[in-house]
Amino acid sequence: MKPSKLVQVILFSTSLVGIVCATQAGTLEKITETKSITMGVRDSSGALSYTLGDGKYTGFHVEICKRVIADLEKKLKTSLKVEYQPVTSQNRIPLVQNGTVDLECGSTTNNATRQKDVSFAVTTYVEEVRIAVKADSNITSIAQLVNKKVATTTGTTSVQLLRKHERANGVNFEEIFGKDHADSFLLLESGRADAFVMDGSILAGNIANAKNPKDFKIVGEVLSVEPIAIMMRKDYPATFKTEVDNSIKAMMKDGTIAKMYKQWFQDPIPPKGNRVGLDLSDNTKNAWANPNDKPAEDYIKK
Amino acid sequence: MSLDFQIFCKSTFEDTYSPRCFGEFFQFGQGAGDPTYLDWLITAWGWTIAVSTLALLIALVIGIAIGTLRTISNETVLSKVLIFFSNAWVELFRNIPVLVQVFLWYHVIPMLIPALKNFPSFLLVSIALGFFTSARIAEQMKAGIFSLPKGQRMAAQSLGMTKVQTYRYVLLPMAMRIVIPPLTSECMNIVKNSAVAFAVSVSELTLFAMQTQEETSKGIEMYLGVTALYIVTAFTVNRVMALIERKTRIPGFIAPSSQGSH
Repeated sequence: MKPSKLVQVILFSTSLVGIVCATQAGTLEKITETKSITMGVRDSSGALSYTLGDGKYTGFHVEICKRVIADLEKKLKTSLKVEYQPVTSQNRIPLVQNGTVDLECGSTTNNATRQKDVSFAVTTYVEEVRIAVKADSNITSIAQLVNKKVATTTGTTSVQLLRKHERANGVNFEEIFGKDHADSFLLLESGRADAFVMDGSILAGNIANAKNPKDFKIVGEVLSVEPIAIMMRKDYPATFKTEVDNSIKAMMKDGTIAKMYKQWFQDPIPPKGNRVGLDLSDNTKNAWANPNDKPAEDYIKK
Repeated sequence: MSLDFQIFCKSTFEDTYSPRCFGEFFQFGQGAGDPTYLDWLITAWGWTIAVSTLALLIALVIGIAIGTLRTISNETVLSKVLIFFSNAWVELFRNIPVLVQVFLWYHVIPMLIPALKNFPSFLLVSIALGFFTSARIAEQMKAGIFSLPKGQRMAAQSLGMTKVQTYRYVLLPMAMRIVIPPLTSECMNIVKNSAVAFAVSVSELTLFAMQTQEETSKGIEMYLGVTALYIVTAFTVNRVMALIERKTRIPGFIAPSSQGSH
C-alpha cells in the first residue's frame, strides 16, 4: 500500500469514528425523538431478570424498569414503544455504550471499573456471596473449606473472590468450575464438590428448583457484598439518570419496591410457581433507606 | 473503542501492573511477583496443548487400529466379531456430539464405574475427545486402505505374506501416506475441539477467556489474545503435518504429488 493510500484509509476510518460519536445525543433526547426505548434483559439471571419464553421477559429488575418507563412517559407526555434486547455478561456494556440498549435491567454489579464506561441507577438490590452445602454437611464457614472441593461458575467474580481469599489466608481450595450455575449446582448435587460458592440469590434459586430443596442449605458468613443496579449510558448532563433515579427513589420511599421484593424473592414466581425464598438482607434494606450509586469497592471498605 | 493490551501485564490479585508483564511464571531472575494475566494466559495455553496432545495420541492409536480392523476380510468368526466391534465403535462415537460425550465421561460414566471418580477431569476430557476423534480417524484410515488397488493385497498374499505382514509391509505404509491430508485436518480440529474442556473445569484457553473478560471488563482484548494462541497452535500443527508429509513422500509411490509425477 502506498503511503498516500494509507493516509486516506486512516482519514476515512477516523472520520467514521467521528460520525459515530456525533450521533450520540443524550438518552432522554433520543427516546423523545424516536418515541421508543430499548430495555436490555437477561435470559436467566435468577429472579432479577429472566425470560418466560416467546420473547417475554420479567423479574424484579424488569418490573422496576417497566415502572420507570411508565414514569418517563408521564414526564415526557408521550407514549414510548418498549423494545426488549436480550444481553449477556459479555455484551451488555458495549451494547449500552453504543446506543443499542438504553436501560439495562439485568443483574449487573456496579463497580468502579464499569463506572468509567457506563452509569448506574441507585442500587436496587445488594447481592451477598454465600456458601451452599448439602444439608447433612458439617461445613459452616469458609475456614472449613480448606482442601475441600469448592464449585463455582466460570465467568463470575466469585472465582476471583476465592482466589484472593486463598492468597490472603495462605490456604488452598480445590476449585471446580461449572460452565454455568446449573452445572455448578449439579457438581454439588452429585457430590463432586463439597460446597458451591455463589451469589445468594442464585444459590437460593437453584436450591428452590432442586429435586429435593431440603437436601441443601446456605451457610456461613457473607463472603462479599455487591451492589446490583440498573445500567445506562453516560450522559452529560445526566438528565436521563436523574429521571430514572427519581422514579426508583419514589418506589423506595412509598414501599413499592419492598412489595416487589416479596413478590419476586419470597412468593411463587412464574412460569413454574417456584419460590426463591431469599429473605431481605440488611444491606439491601440500607440501600433502599439511603439511595446511592456507590460502586462495590465502597462496600468493601466498610 | 480503543484496545488496552496493558491489561495482560496486570496482576491477577491487585490493581497493579508488572513492568516485565510476567509475574511468577517467567521471573527473569528478579524474584516472584504477583502472577499477571499473561502468566495465566500462558498456563491456560499449556492446558490446551496438554489436552490436545493426549487426546491426539489416544485418537491416533485407537483410530488407526479401529480403521484397519474395519478393512480385514470376514472369513473367520473372530474377524467377524472384530469387524462388528470396530463398526460399532465408529458409529457410537461419531454420532454423539462431542460436548455430550465430555459430559457423559465426567458425570455419568463415573457413576457406573466408581474408580473413574478419582480421575482428574483433564484425563477424562482427553479420553472423551480422543475417542470422539478416533472414530473420525478410523473412517479416514478405512477410506485410505480401500483406496489402494485390490492387486496390492492379492500380490502380497500370493508372495506368502500373512495378514499381519500384508498390512505391516504393504497396505499400511501406503494408506498412511494417503491419509496424511485429512489427518492434518483432524489434528487441527482436536486443538480447536479441546475448547470443550472448559465445561469440565480444565483451565484452558476458553475458560481463561470466559473468566478474565468478567474480571477485567476487557473481553475483546482477552478473546483476541486467546484467538491468536489458537491460531498459532493450529497453524503449527498444520506446518508440522506438512513437514511430515514432505519427509515421508516417496516420489512415484503414490501418484499425485505437487510436482506432478504423471
